Amino acid sequence: MDPVFLKVLVGTTLLAASSSVVGAFSYLKGQSLIGDAIAHALLPGVVLAFILGGIRNSSLLIFGALISGLLAHYGIGYIENKTKLKNDTAVSLVLSTFFGFGIMLMSYIQRTGIGQQAGLERFLLGKAAAITMQDIYIFTVLALLLIIGVGLFYKGFQLMTFNEDFAQAIGLPMPLIRCAFTVLTVLAITIGIQTVGVVLMAALLITPSATARVWTNSLPSMLVLTASFAGVAAVLGTYISSALSKMPTGPWVVLVMAFFGFSSLLFAPKRGWFSKQKQANANQRKTIRENVLKLLFQQEEHRGLPIVLSVDEIQRKRVIRLDRLTSALKELKKRLLIIDYGGCYGLTELGRSEGRRVVRLHRLWELYLTERLGMAADHIHPQAETMEHVITPEIEELLVKELGNPEVDPHKSPIPYEED
Amino acid sequence: MNPTLSIALVASFIGVSCALLGVFLVLRKMTMVGDAISHAVLPGIAIAYWLSQSRASLVMFVGAAIVGVGATVIIELLRKKLRVQSDASIGMTFTSLFALGVVLITFWSDSVDLDQECVLYGEIAYVPFNLWIINGTSYGPIALWSSSVLFLVVLVYLIIGYKGLKMTSFNEDYAMVLGISAGLWNLSLMSMVSLATVVSFESVGAILVVALLVAPAASAYLLVQKLKPLLILSAVYGLLGALGGYGLSKLIETSIAGSITTVLGILFLFSLVIQITIKTKKTVHALES
Repeated sequence: MDPVFLKVLVGTTLLAASSSVVGAFSYLKGQSLIGDAIAHALLPGVVLAFILGGIRNSSLLIFGALISGLLAHYGIGYIENKTKLKNDTAVSLVLSTFFGFGIMLMSYIQRTGIGQQAGLERFLLGKAAAITMQDIYIFTVLALLLIIGVGLFYKGFQLMTFNEDFAQAIGLPMPLIRCAFTVLTVLAITIGIQTVGVVLMAALLITPSATARVWTNSLPSMLVLTASFAGVAAVLGTYISSALSKMPTGPWVVLVMAFFGFSSLLFAPKRGWFSKQKQANANQRKTIRENVLKLLFQQEEHRGLPIVLSVDEIQRKRVIRLDRLTSALKELKKRLLIIDYGGCYGLTELGRSEGRRVVRLHRLWELYLTERLGMAADHIHPQAETMEHVITPEIEELLVKELGNPEVDPHKSPIPYEED
Repeated sequence: MNPTLSIALVASFIGVSCALLGVFLVLRKMTMVGDAISHAVLPGIAIAYWLSQSRASLVMFVGAAIVGVGATVIIELLRKKLRVQSDASIGMTFTSLFALGVVLITFWSDSVDLDQECVLYGEIAYVPFNLWIINGTSYGPIALWSSSVLFLVVLVYLIIGYKGLKMTSFNEDYAMVLGISAGLWNLSLMSMVSLATVVSFESVGAILVVALLVAPAASAYLLVQKLKPLLILSAVYGLLGALGGYGLSKLIETSIAGSITTVLGILFLFSLVIQITIKTKKTVHALES
């Protein structure tokens, strides 16, 4: 394999996997964009360090960037706490003014011609192709630092993210923890930015965490997933950009990450949009089926003998969209809950018991709302319409016990129990 | 036309237009959406430029503005339908669109003469050289036309939409009761921000547009509360930033866009000091009496 390519591959992957982890905490705090702001705000520090250092002096550049980043972080906090400006204004204000000041300094260098500004032009988009062996060592040290840092402060970061007041109350040194987190964030951005640029750095801190969040509810596995998504995206992005000639690496890594992110948000099981949609649909279909059974049962109860209803008659009694009703009837037939008498439908014994159950739950809940929660009898129907589809057998048992085996509901309709 | 005068005019038109729109972004806590739009228009600019093969054409303005508005729609969808944290939905959207833009520009680099650096940093100094020429007759710098039209459009928009914007910015629920659609005003505001970004990007670059949108409004908001004074003061700050920045850049020979932003930053610090002094005085006064 081409050694240049290998360097880029290893460097980008190492950087992506390690620095994205810091972003996971910011994501959970709802402050993803602070990373973006810090990334932009590094510019003046880098340029000033460049002016002072004369030639491209990496450690001085990193130091300058670090100072600038910490200053920006402090500035955002100050504006947010001391003025009536909100977080978003503080973030975008610091981001743009620091960056603009940096550009002014940069143009000053260009004019006066202090050294050549090889290290600065790639600030925005980065230049992954220029990764050197020395950079790889730096990235390895950074990765180790981040792992050790997160390991050391894990408990503190976790509490800082989820419950800062509690952390303060149990006596954790929150200023120290916040400071450690800020330093780690700024450090990760500072080191990454020269290789991948401002925009990829922002994407690296945000997109993998948002992706991982879709797949898990636990913090440790979210951290691992974040690093994995970022790492895999870095590998794929590097491959794609090298396969297409002249293509920059950074933007491709961002695009692969975005692909992972958007497809996870849409297609992930459980929390993805499609499966949520599917769940909602299944619930809706179940509700319609139960409503049909309830309707048939109520009609039987009303007339005192088994009856059959046509589709038209059902729709006259209850507004259900025709296509939904047709598919509900089909499903009920399949489950042997109703019988089709040539276009008219009647309950089977099984269906009758199911319809009775729904009516019973409805009336029990109405009774509970009036008796125990003191609601007026004319306000309770809508709530019961929802709850009848949700109450489990265990809760039903508790309700019956709580209400002392009631005979009638608030509207004096009998509560139909199963005859044994 | 005198080059100095035309640059000063373009900077002022853009500065004041952005400053006026920025007031509503600050009030609605949506300044980062301005940042997102300014990055996200890049693919729109690339595609429109590739299609029309010319800079500053109407196609390009419209195409880019559509992508900008599209970005805000994606952000809203991510936030509301997919339950992504609002910060992250902004970040995800603009970084991916920006990356797409860079890839497209690189991909078409043979046929699209779009300088990445120019898109990102902007070069208002070239304004006097990009002339609008029809049949050999020059009608002056293109940017002067586009920025003055932008200024007029923003003014007309604010005059027509003053009440709706005011209602939906200060009290969304009350506006809804009155039958004013917050979503519609939001969309129109985003379209205007998008337009302002596209017109400005060539002169001041994608990122410094954010400074023009946010800094004057934020500085003004520190000193006044009511909408009308807020708009006036913000516009004054925008104008001061544009002219002061241009003057500074002439003085020390630096990037015009960078200098404008720096002056805006200084104006903000100035307002911050005033606000804090007033606050301390009030506290001292309250303690003494």
